[in-house]
Amino acid sequence: MKTSEILNSLQFSHTIRRLCYQLIENHNDFSNSALIGLQPNGIYVAERIKKELEIICKKDILTGSLDITFYRDDFRRKDKPLIPSVTNLDFSIENKKVIIMDDVLFTGRTVRSGLDAIMAYGRPAKVELLALVERRFSHHIPIRADYIGKSIDTIQAERVTVNWEDIDGKDQVILHTPEEK
Amino acid sequence: MKDLSVDHLLGIKQLTQDDIQIIFETADSFKRVINRPIRKVPTLRDITIANLFFENSTRTKLSFELAQKRLSADVINFSASSSSLKKGETLIDTVNNILSMKVDLIVMRHPLPGAHQFLSRHIDAKIINAGDGTHEHPTQALLDCYSIREKLGSLKGKKVVIVGDIKHSRVALSNIFALQKLGAQVMVCGPTTLLPKYIAELGVLVENDLSKALKWCDVANMLRIQLERQEISYFPSIREYKALYGLNKPLLDKINKDIVIMHPGPINRGVEITSEVADSENSIILDQVENGVAVRMAVIYLLSSKINRI
Repeated sequence: MKTSEILNSLQFSHTIRRLCYQLIENHNDFSNSALIGLQPNGIYVAERIKKELEIICKKDILTGSLDITFYRDDFRRKDKPLIPSVTNLDFSIENKKVIIMDDVLFTGRTVRSGLDAIMAYGRPAKVELLALVERRFSHHIPIRADYIGKSIDTIQAERVTVNWEDIDGKDQVILHTPEEK
Repeated sequence: MKDLSVDHLLGIKQLTQDDIQIIFETADSFKRVINRPIRKVPTLRDITIANLFFENSTRTKLSFELAQKRLSADVINFSASSSSLKKGETLIDTVNNILSMKVDLIVMRHPLPGAHQFLSRHIDAKIINAGDGTHEHPTQALLDCYSIREKLGSLKGKKVVIVGDIKHSRVALSNIFALQKLGAQVMVCGPTTLLPKYIAELGVLVENDLSKALKWCDVANMLRIQLERQEISYFPSIREYKALYGLNKPLLDKINKDIVIMHPGPINRGVEITSEVADSENSIILDQVENGVAVRMAVIYLLSSKINRI
């Protein structure tokens, strides 16, 4: 696998900061909005955005995590069972503007499951999608993000990983490309 | 990622400690599902489950059926009283007839110990044992252990006494296996006539004196006297049983210790346990019922994920 850096840590933090201001444009003081990270990786996006927003807005922002396992469309299509993660929504989403977040928007299937999962908790006034990285032209279903950190063109065999400073030691987005034979 | 080591839930005996942990962790997620505004997930929308009850059941059947419906499975029910069994059909024929209606998973209660084991060798469907005679009742043991884990954090090193009719109880046997696999110490307590002769060989402590057992334990699981399974009298009278093995408040006050009180139901109020104790703060009897749905959802989910993987 060849690796190349798509976002270095400085670009990473600029991107996060820009996404925060884009969110503020639409959500003002977040009094009726909530951030929801999709398990497993979207929770890191939501946590980071929450941290930045709380510094900028100087107030607590409602944040939760959502497990989508039971809504996935690949049940019985894997060798191992799909083991669920934790959903942590200790607030009502009824009539709230909800922004669901994931690190990489690839096929769109996770987000499709996330939309079903979120509706089981009530009827939000609006649902938006934020993706730190969007892999264009790879969607299997017609889903588009409202807020995109970085849009990249990739082929199916490539892989995108997002590293986080507090977990992996460095903020970074990396593209892994298989070696040509 | 982890997977269950078994294809059917025939008994706790066949499960590993890891299997039980996977079931518990999955049940944690389902417990959150059944406590939110919409208590249903679409996961098993293409799975059909048959509940075959060759023996009476109220709560286990309800609990299983609810678990299946919360997972969006299609459910058919069958009970012995309304079946062709009385017309002389064999178990395999009955089940194969049901399976030809494209059923993926069977939940069965049967009066004969080992009926599930036998069936698992002859049919092509996942099987969950909902009780086989006096042998095992694995989902009850799983939900009992899950409830202790929820109340006390872990089962490791905990002391659990099972009180009452151990001889006729499938709940007792499955509980002994499950508790031991999770690292708990187990004692059985009851009149000698209601304790199987070789029970100590399972590695459990045996006690005839209830107050000694209570002094020892962290958790007391009170079993029902199964009069319907007792072909002869095993004790002189209900009144005497109640005096020696009934759990009441004065007895607990004398011991002066926090003991978690459990009962698999249905309760004979005033026999093995008084209302005062059954409804007390230390009783987790109703938590057991709620957890039963979550644990059964977990078992059904994990076994269903093995059905003809596409």
